[in-house]
Amino acid sequence: MPSLPPIRPEDERRAREGRGAGTFDAPAAEGPDLSLFEYALRLGDDSLILGQRLGEWTGHAPSVEVDLSLANIALDLVGQATHFLNYAGKVEGRGRDGDALAFHRDVLDFRNCMLVEQPNGDFAQTMARQFLFSTWQRMLFQHLTGSADAFIASVAAKAVKEVSYHQELSAEWVIRLGDGTEESRRRMQNGLEWMWRFIPELFEMDDLASEAASRGVGPDLTLLRADYDRTVAAVLTEATLEAPKDQRPILGGRRGHHSEHLGHLLCTMQFLPRTYPDATW
Amino acid sequence: MSKDWPLWEVFVRSRGGLSHRHVGSVHAPDAEIAIRHARDTYTRRMEGVSLWVVPSASIIASDPSEDAAMFDPAEDKIYRHPTFYNIPDHIKHI
Repeated sequence: MPSLPPIRPEDERRAREGRGAGTFDAPAAEGPDLSLFEYALRLGDDSLILGQRLGEWTGHAPSVEVDLSLANIALDLVGQATHFLNYAGKVEGRGRDGDALAFHRDVLDFRNCMLVEQPNGDFAQTMARQFLFSTWQRMLFQHLTGSADAFIASVAAKAVKEVSYHQELSAEWVIRLGDGTEESRRRMQNGLEWMWRFIPELFEMDDLASEAASRGVGPDLTLLRADYDRTVAAVLTEATLEAPKDQRPILGGRRGHHSEHLGHLLCTMQFLPRTYPDATW
Repeated sequence: MSKDWPLWEVFVRSRGGLSHRHVGSVHAPDAEIAIRHARDTYTRRMEGVSLWVVPSASIIASDPSEDAAMFDPAEDKIYRHPTFYNIPDHIKHI
């Protein structure tokens, strides 16, 4: 006798939303907009996880000025995450706010891209990650300012200025470290080599991203790729660095399949509110 | 690392129409990064609308050992203050 097929997530969702007799087979009419919920989670989780990563530098940066730069970027990102995750919770309508989503979800439920969870490494590796991410995030937010979702559009309008600064600052550092000493150049090249395989995921158009694009909520990411490649190439040229060879792309973050690094990050980030549920800050 | 970087003096204009005021200094490898460090260090709480950075080495300072010759002679020149004029009541902002 063949075993039963696995329970698919979409069936599970319909079962959860179905109400009363006969509704199971029909799409839920008035249920929460779970696509929008997932989309807001992606936006929020990208910013949250990178903000947490950058926060790890606090007190350890190469100089007090750089320490402040990294902390400023981290705070910008955590601020964006607060908006997006609070919104996701509202859309979901199950009483979860941004804090609940940040601190009481487990690793498989996070929807960030794999690039942002990669370890800081040295300062060059951190700047390689920042440059590759912020260049993409700036383009994304520029498009999201025209999103059909008014809330996402309003957050993007504010955040695009922050992210422009992140992109410019990280590009400056890529140029200086690449076109710097022999050691700084080697470190920057290594940082790029580490991060390069996570670029394709940024432009992946899976079902959810396609649905968001067809509803006018998000952009068709594939259309951003050429502009992205040009911007990155221009900075690498100025930095006298070589673009790494294309590697086997690593995908899966948007579906909750993360690298081992994210779990460790969450352990640190979630420890306090889980251990002391009454803590306020 | 920052020990290898030159020092830059930072000036912030807090609002349009006001002068830039000296607020402190930052270490940075060059002028562009100095501006960014100044932004991240001194304007993160909406303190300014414009920034100047100047290499600290470009500041020519008076010699502290000559303080007496430089500044003491002004001490008893009270007539240099325009305090002997009667200002009419309707003149404001003086």
